Amino acid sequence: MIRTEEMLLNVGPQHPSTHGVFRLVIKIDGEMIIDAKPVIGYLHRGTEKIAENLQYTQIIPYTDRLDYLAAMTNNYVLCHAVETMMELEIPERAEYLRIITMELGRIASHLVWWGTYLLDLGATSPFLYAFREREMIINLLNEISGGRLTFNYMRVGGVKWDAPDGWIEKVKAFIPYMREQLAGYGDLVTGNEIFLNRVKGIGQYTKEEAMDYSLSGANLRCTGLAWDLRKNEPYSIYDRFSFEICTADTGDAWGRYQVRIQEIEQSLRILEQAVEQFPETGEVMGKVPKVIKPPKGETFVRIESPRGEIGCYIASEGKKEPYRLKFRRPSFYNLQILPKLLVGQNMANLIAILGAIDIVLGEVDG
Amino acid sequence: MIEGLLTSEATWLHFFIYFALTLLLLLIVLGFVTYAILAERKVMGFMQLRHGPNQVGGRWGLLQTVADVLKLLIKEDAIPRAADKPLFILAPVIAFTPAFMVLAIIPFTDRFQFADIGVGLLYYIAVSGITTVGIVTAGWASNNKYALMGAMRAAAQMISYEIPLVMSVIGVILLTGSMNLNDIVLAQESGWYILWQPIAFIVFFIAAVAELNRVPFDLAEAESELVAGYFVEYTGFRWAFFMLAEYVYMFAMSALITVVFLGGWLPLPYLGFIPGAVWFALKFMVVIFLLIWFRVTFPRIRADQLMEFGWKVLLPVAIANIFLTALLKEWINLF
Repeated sequence: MIRTEEMLLNVGPQHPSTHGVFRLVIKIDGEMIIDAKPVIGYLHRGTEKIAENLQYTQIIPYTDRLDYLAAMTNNYVLCHAVETMMELEIPERAEYLRIITMELGRIASHLVWWGTYLLDLGATSPFLYAFREREMIINLLNEISGGRLTFNYMRVGGVKWDAPDGWIEKVKAFIPYMREQLAGYGDLVTGNEIFLNRVKGIGQYTKEEAMDYSLSGANLRCTGLAWDLRKNEPYSIYDRFSFEICTADTGDAWGRYQVRIQEIEQSLRILEQAVEQFPETGEVMGKVPKVIKPPKGETFVRIESPRGEIGCYIASEGKKEPYRLKFRRPSFYNLQILPKLLVGQNMANLIAILGAIDIVLGEVDG
Repeated sequence: MIEGLLTSEATWLHFFIYFALTLLLLLIVLGFVTYAILAERKVMGFMQLRHGPNQVGGRWGLLQTVADVLKLLIKEDAIPRAADKPLFILAPVIAFTPAFMVLAIIPFTDRFQFADIGVGLLYYIAVSGITTVGIVTAGWASNNKYALMGAMRAAAQMISYEIPLVMSVIGVILLTGSMNLNDIVLAQESGWYILWQPIAFIVFFIAAVAELNRVPFDLAEAESELVAGYFVEYTGFRWAFFMLAEYVYMFAMSALITVVFLGGWLPLPYLGFIPGAVWFALKFMVVIFLLIWFRVTFPRIRADQLMEFGWKVLLPVAIANIFLTALLKEWINLF
């Protein structure tokens, strides 16, 4: 009888495929995972605590750094929460600019996911193709906000800058280009037999399990549950656009892949309508008091970020600073199911499962 | 010429001529490796919307690899404290020596070949198998979990793919009636074996890519899973030796594919005035390009799928090909 031993393997925090400083302590038998324990907190900056000493406008740059791949939605959730408390009226043009920038951000975020996921699976080229398109989006967002990654673009009551001349036309031109590239992605990856074998049936869970673990975003929709806050609880002006909730019924990494790819397409649809309806003139900043003091009380709003439901809870005592601020950070919640999915899988599947959840460590650690 | 030297009197002069020729081959191979790496990076750059090296050595980056090697040479030679030191030092040598040994039997032209032995093909496959020992040794001696996993994967992979590799060339051997590489080339005058043995070619090519540890079969290195696999602890020149072995194998395997399936130095019809060496180089470069193309296009296959593919698909297909070839040869007397 050969004596065998379990091996304790430390994956991360400096591992090429943990997408940041995520650490995973796994027990393996050969290549088979018996037990997995995620260790998080390497990027914890205490955003929520810092926010208690800041005025509301000062908090916005901190939200950029939570989910740094989709900073626009993070900006929005804070502004939306404060606006809800103060019952502010947002100008039409600002709402459209918000939608356009958020959807551009969603596409950029999904592109990064697509590229890095394929990189995890061993294909190097898709990453560079995805980043070519992402670069265009980043340039567009840079032109309107002055930032490439941390935009700090939205304000309570509107947005900081109006769109520069010709910007809307550039967005308009980007849409058909992106569609064309998306078809190319399909040719390169989606039909690839090796790729399909790597993702089909990997990291599978049911609808009930997904709800039990409080998953959201593509991780939830891949089980067949059509839940998208843009549609189910429309915020901003999402009720004016026609688009579909992307779902898959497999509940595995392949389903998540399909959902995200389709979401790029749906975001393009929203963008198309938004640039079409974009008001010619108008203010980009509503009537907001000089000092933002939400009334005493508390509120919770939630919106659909590229990674899932991002929520913002504010408890105010009527002061310039929030008494307590809490973000429901989707990556953090989505990560919960990881240990359950990993048991019984091998090393190669570990990467495929972790990648498919699509976490951003800035958001996980807060 | 070389054949004559081998059978001629054992004088110092003959020894030195032979030695000089061997050195020439070594330099050719090293020159190839230098520029194959550059070519790979350039082609990959071209396919991935990048420029590739373009700083050192003019706009084509002609001296980039030279600079890289120099850097590796002057790097600190780090050996992990917990490593098995003698094995750690020995492993790159074991991995790399066979890579050069196999080059002896490749007939680059009808005259430029160092050892025209009867079992050339068998020699290649047997000797190249030794490299696996080097890889496993490296993984074990590093005393690193990722390295060990990479080494185990490499061992499993080599065993699974060596067999279809051998099986697939049996068809060719049946048609030629010889394992001598010169005979195999000469037998292709009526038509390359890629035409007579297409199934064997496909099986051989896939198994060869797996043997070379290249994408989509780069499981032993699997950067995104095992960080760097079996050579994760290696730095500097020891690391360079592994890379060198890998690229020399790429050279050797492409040469072997050229010889066995693409007619070696034989010209295309009516183009016989172009020398054999040029033909060899051309066919050879097509194979190399194909390998680079693979690397850019494919994701990595999973370990269990790799095994399944090797044993359940490639091996039966290769055996069926032997059967088919034998039938055709015996009954229809096609050849």
